[in-house]
Amino acid sequence: MLNDKLDALVTRQVRPFWTPVGAGVALGLVLLLTFVWTGHGLGATGASTRLSAWLGMVLVPDATAANPYLGPMVANGRPLASWISWQVLGVALGSLLSAFWAGRLRVQWDGELRIGRARRVVSALTGGVLAGFGARIAAGCTSGLGLSGAATLSIAAFVFLAVFFVAGLLTTRWVRGV
Amino acid sequence: MLPLNDAGMWSGLVCGVLFGWVLESAGFGSPCKLTGQFRLNDWSVLKVMFTAIVVAAAGLLLLQGVGWMPVDAVFVPSALLAAAALGGLLVGAGFAIGGYCPGTSVVGLFSGRLDAAVFLLGLLVGTFAFAALYGPTLESWMGAWELMAGDTLTDAWGIPGWLAVLGMAVALGGVFYWGARFERASRGPVTADQAVRGTAS
Repeated sequence: MLNDKLDALVTRQVRPFWTPVGAGVALGLVLLLTFVWTGHGLGATGASTRLSAWLGMVLVPDATAANPYLGPMVANGRPLASWISWQVLGVALGSLLSAFWAGRLRVQWDGELRIGRARRVVSALTGGVLAGFGARIAAGCTSGLGLSGAATLSIAAFVFLAVFFVAGLLTTRWVRGV
Repeated sequence: MLPLNDAGMWSGLVCGVLFGWVLESAGFGSPCKLTGQFRLNDWSVLKVMFTAIVVAAAGLLLLQGVGWMPVDAVFVPSALLAAAALGGLLVGAGFAIGGYCPGTSVVGLFSGRLDAAVFLLGLLVGTFAFAALYGPTLESWMGAWELMAGDTLTDAWGIPGWLAVLGMAVALGGVFYWGARFERASRGPVTADQAVRGTAS
């Protein structure tokens, strides 16, 4: 067992993904731990929103302070000082460790083999803008509203997830982004 | 009494590291694997997400049932249904086009994917666009279709928690059954090898 692991580190052999059942149970337990420890679930866009507020504060301080959405976040001058920033930093670290450990860390433009790099940049940017805007409308994303909300039997979470999947299914038929 | 309501650095880092580790191990750093759910050749997203929801919901229910945690002690999103639907529409479309959702783009970037960095940049642009448009009009849309009766299935419609979890468990069985059928009828799930090489589909 240990030999296997050392071997993978040395030879960079790509380890298979966990089975969906295994990953799902593990994710459920991590989510449960988060609820028990902090009183809320896991998220993502809480941190990107605060990063936006911080960038705005540094680049265009007056406009950001006057903005009705970002202004309250920069009122104390430390928009990044929040639990969600640590959590997303943790996600980055956990992903890096896991990818490295399993031989799955590889620098690439994923999707360029199918649609070319230029188109991939455009599709990634477009998708990010839509998701960033949408997550602010819904006050949450797939993690914060969909996953964490559904675990609390939130009706908004089920509405979000249902529309999310239908929108994804339909969009995929019209646009090839990856 | 639970929850501990810890808002400190360590709970954030620990929960985050575990979250990232599990997402990467599930293959959710790969935009190919993620969008395979919408092309219906890889059902990992639905399988993993729904399994996690059932496990966490059952766990919360159990903790409440044995009296270790008050029923209303954890955060529940408000039932602003127009905002949830419009947000779901945009995040779903953004996922299909960009290949990630906000959380998985972090996983993608930290398993080496440069396109994920572009997606993250897009998230910031989208946030600025929202902030620029934010005002009474947008707020009134976001407040539309608010369910006044309550935020959860139990509060709004009196569906007992155990029944909701049972219903989701049955739906989960359907996801695995139909997922297996669709995966067999197509080229099937994206493997780790394909994901790392970026050659899947």
